[in-house]
Amino acid sequence: MTALKRLPGVLGTLVVISLLTFAVFYLLPADPAQLSCGRPCTPDRLAQASAFMGYDKPWFQQYLDFLGGIVTGRHFGAGRAAVDCAAPCFGWSFRLNAPVTRLLLDRAPVTFSIAGGAALLWLVIGVGAGVLAAVRRGTAIDRSAMLLSTVGVSAPSYLVGLLGILLFGFTLDMVPVGGYIPLAESPVDWAWHLILPWTVLALLNAAVYARLTRGQMIEVLGEDYIRTARAKGLRERRVIGRHGLRNVLIPVVTVFGLDLGTLLGGAVITERVFSMQGLGALLIDAVGTVDLPVIVGVTLFSALLVIVANVLVDLVYSVLDPRVGKETTSR
Amino acid sequence: MTETTVSPLLAVADLAISFDTGDGGHQAARGVAFQLHRGRVLALVGESGSGKSVTAMSILGLLPGNARVAGSLLFEDEELIGCGPEKLRALRGGRIGTVFQEPMAAFNPVLTLGDQIAEAIHTHKIFEGTSVKLRVRQLLTTVGLDDPDRVARSYPHQLSGGQLQRAMIAMAISGDPVLLIADEPTTALDVTAQAGILDLLRELRDDRGMAILLITHDMGVVADLADDVVVLDRGRVVETAPAGRLFTEPAHAYTKALLEAVPRLGDPRPAPEPGPEVAAVGDLVVEYGRFRAVDGVTLRVGAGEVVGLVGESGSGKSTVGRVLAGLVPVTAGTATVGGADLTRLTRHPWRHARALRRLRAGIGVVFQDPASSLNPRRTVGDSITEPLVLHRDLDAAARRARVEELLDAVRLPAGLRTRYPHEMSGGQRQRVAIARALALNPALLIADEPTSALDVSVQARILDLLRSLQRDFGFGCLFVSHDLAVVEQVAHRVAVMHRGTLVEEGTSGEVLHRAQHPYTRKLLAAVPVADPVRQAARRVARTAGVP
Repeated sequence: MTALKRLPGVLGTLVVISLLTFAVFYLLPADPAQLSCGRPCTPDRLAQASAFMGYDKPWFQQYLDFLGGIVTGRHFGAGRAAVDCAAPCFGWSFRLNAPVTRLLLDRAPVTFSIAGGAALLWLVIGVGAGVLAAVRRGTAIDRSAMLLSTVGVSAPSYLVGLLGILLFGFTLDMVPVGGYIPLAESPVDWAWHLILPWTVLALLNAAVYARLTRGQMIEVLGEDYIRTARAKGLRERRVIGRHGLRNVLIPVVTVFGLDLGTLLGGAVITERVFSMQGLGALLIDAVGTVDLPVIVGVTLFSALLVIVANVLVDLVYSVLDPRVGKETTSR
Repeated sequence: MTETTVSPLLAVADLAISFDTGDGGHQAARGVAFQLHRGRVLALVGESGSGKSVTAMSILGLLPGNARVAGSLLFEDEELIGCGPEKLRALRGGRIGTVFQEPMAAFNPVLTLGDQIAEAIHTHKIFEGTSVKLRVRQLLTTVGLDDPDRVARSYPHQLSGGQLQRAMIAMAISGDPVLLIADEPTTALDVTAQAGILDLLRELRDDRGMAILLITHDMGVVADLADDVVVLDRGRVVETAPAGRLFTEPAHAYTKALLEAVPRLGDPRPAPEPGPEVAAVGDLVVEYGRFRAVDGVTLRVGAGEVVGLVGESGSGKSTVGRVLAGLVPVTAGTATVGGADLTRLTRHPWRHARALRRLRAGIGVVFQDPASSLNPRRTVGDSITEPLVLHRDLDAAARRARVEELLDAVRLPAGLRTRYPHEMSGGQRQRVAIARALALNPALLIADEPTSALDVSVQARILDLLRSLQRDFGFGCLFVSHDLAVVEQVAHRVAVMHRGTLVEEGTSGEVLHRAQHPYTRKLLAAVPVADPVRQAARRVARTAGVP
């Protein structure tokens, strides 16, 4: 029900983002028709290409066509050369000669695999290290965890990724250095090929979560209800786990949802370093070749993921924290 | 019970508690000794920093890791100092139950009360699922909550402070303790809720023969409940006496001073001739969303007059104060300060920003907690100077002179100008807040619970100061407070609010001594007085009066 209430807001945000992306489309000096009209590019051929792509219409007409295509699908060009883009059509890449929707769906599993596994790993490592550091505050465990996390926060992912490939991939020859095997093909190979990118991404992000968790936990451990829990005679493990962690997770979940949403839209650097053809790689390629329909498509898709993650965070939030989202009833 | 000895339940001897703070350490208690017997209530009394809470927490072994405890703590003839964590855990929530000060903070906000009480039961005894539920229900009924199932299903934020404190007591007695440690159990509650909790604690002592270690700063609470009293001052016991004797013949100077500082009802300030109006509200209605906080209040503050606005939490008294400070928009009715119409100004605060600013220059506001109402990163001098910079065109030397003048008016040395709030005591901070409020010579001072966060001796001095400042400067004052005795000390006239409406208004003498409205009478009857004999008589009258 809460999710339904959010729907108009979600749609509104998407419309605004699509308009902004479209605006960028038109502010860019590059003319996609020019780029794809071939050589020599006579005015005739340019006009022809423009018409084929639909760039000859006024911008709002193009925008409406774009929105309409998402709902009903659309055609590009006419006659023998016509291409059919089925709904939901997010545009057509004339460069790759494929519907943007299919490109997104082809690439999404790669990125989702990288992001999902890494996120799970960093959540466990980060929260675990943070809790441990907070509980053992001021000890060697705390200090080394925080030192490591400083290193993690400041290390660039491409450097750590390349060093990881060099050490574990080439020198020790333990794990594959790149490539993606679909999960359906072989779950074991899927995981085996992802293990290095997962670890690299997880370690870097875990650093942030360890710091966040530690800070929150130290604060929560000073709360009155922790003293109450101890005064009840609970074991320290239960005081930390049930009374502390539950309250610590509330802010952690917020950050996690946004991080995961962002990462699902493309782990740009990680995909590059590990030569995986995910959404991030698709976007980089599209930018390089000024493939505007793909750029718009990936941007919108990423925005959608961030927004969905946000809504999910709010839902989880209201489960974790009963004070949120419900009316206070004091009688 | 098969106790055959008469040895005390709890015998504390030569208790010393210190904290390693890196710079030499801090001694929180030394040489503390007392004995608590079964079925008795022993009160540890003192102001902040006296070591009373630390002493109580040392019994449970719940002091922070840098605490060092020495001496002897015999509970049921067993030494607690140096005993293992397993033993302590079994005692906590088992033989010893604990009730804390702020029930809203003492419960975990994300778990239901039923879950939290059940957890305490599970920790100490093995029950089947259904019987634990039944036991929770039973406990909640015992503490006088009439809808135990709903309370068990509720989260802390869904209940009132009084209900929560009852649930906290239910949790504390879930292990059938012989000792209940109650650390300021009623300090965060309204007087009527406080009276109920004190009755409940007395009942538990009488019905179950439970011993209660009561930690409090409130002499009225001591008079109401305690059998024996231990007075602590800066970590040392200065006096130990049965409650009756302590109040009639206090032996130690500190005890005398403490009793002296307790504000008592009985000597209302005579009302002066009503001066010209400085602030007024007429049929004021304020709504927060769908919640009507103030519902048709009419009130007037004249020049040179202190109007006390009393009520319990949620009565809307603070909202009236905020309206007059121009901080809350008026939903309906009128609100004027110095002739300016706040209703119009606060409805469009951006459009009328300039007029609002001019208006606020004539209003001084003092809040409850000076620790949070003063910017911790600015010196005291800067905080006092800020209104002068915003509203007056003075040069640096004139500003400095004015700050010194103000510090002198609130009886602080001029040298404090360069200090930061954390370097000062609570009383000094509140003096600074008052100096800041008076910086622009306001015609209206709004004081919202200005002494609630302070110790009684400090409170007495701040009230003194407010009275004399008011006489000297002649400002009109709206004094918002839940404490009737405090209000009587400063107010010429008193208005009583209940659930958003004004139930009674008149001179202090009329309202506080010849109250007409039943709610005012109920409120007055619920205030514990610092005299065990009179308090016992009042208690009888109060419980007899309630059907």
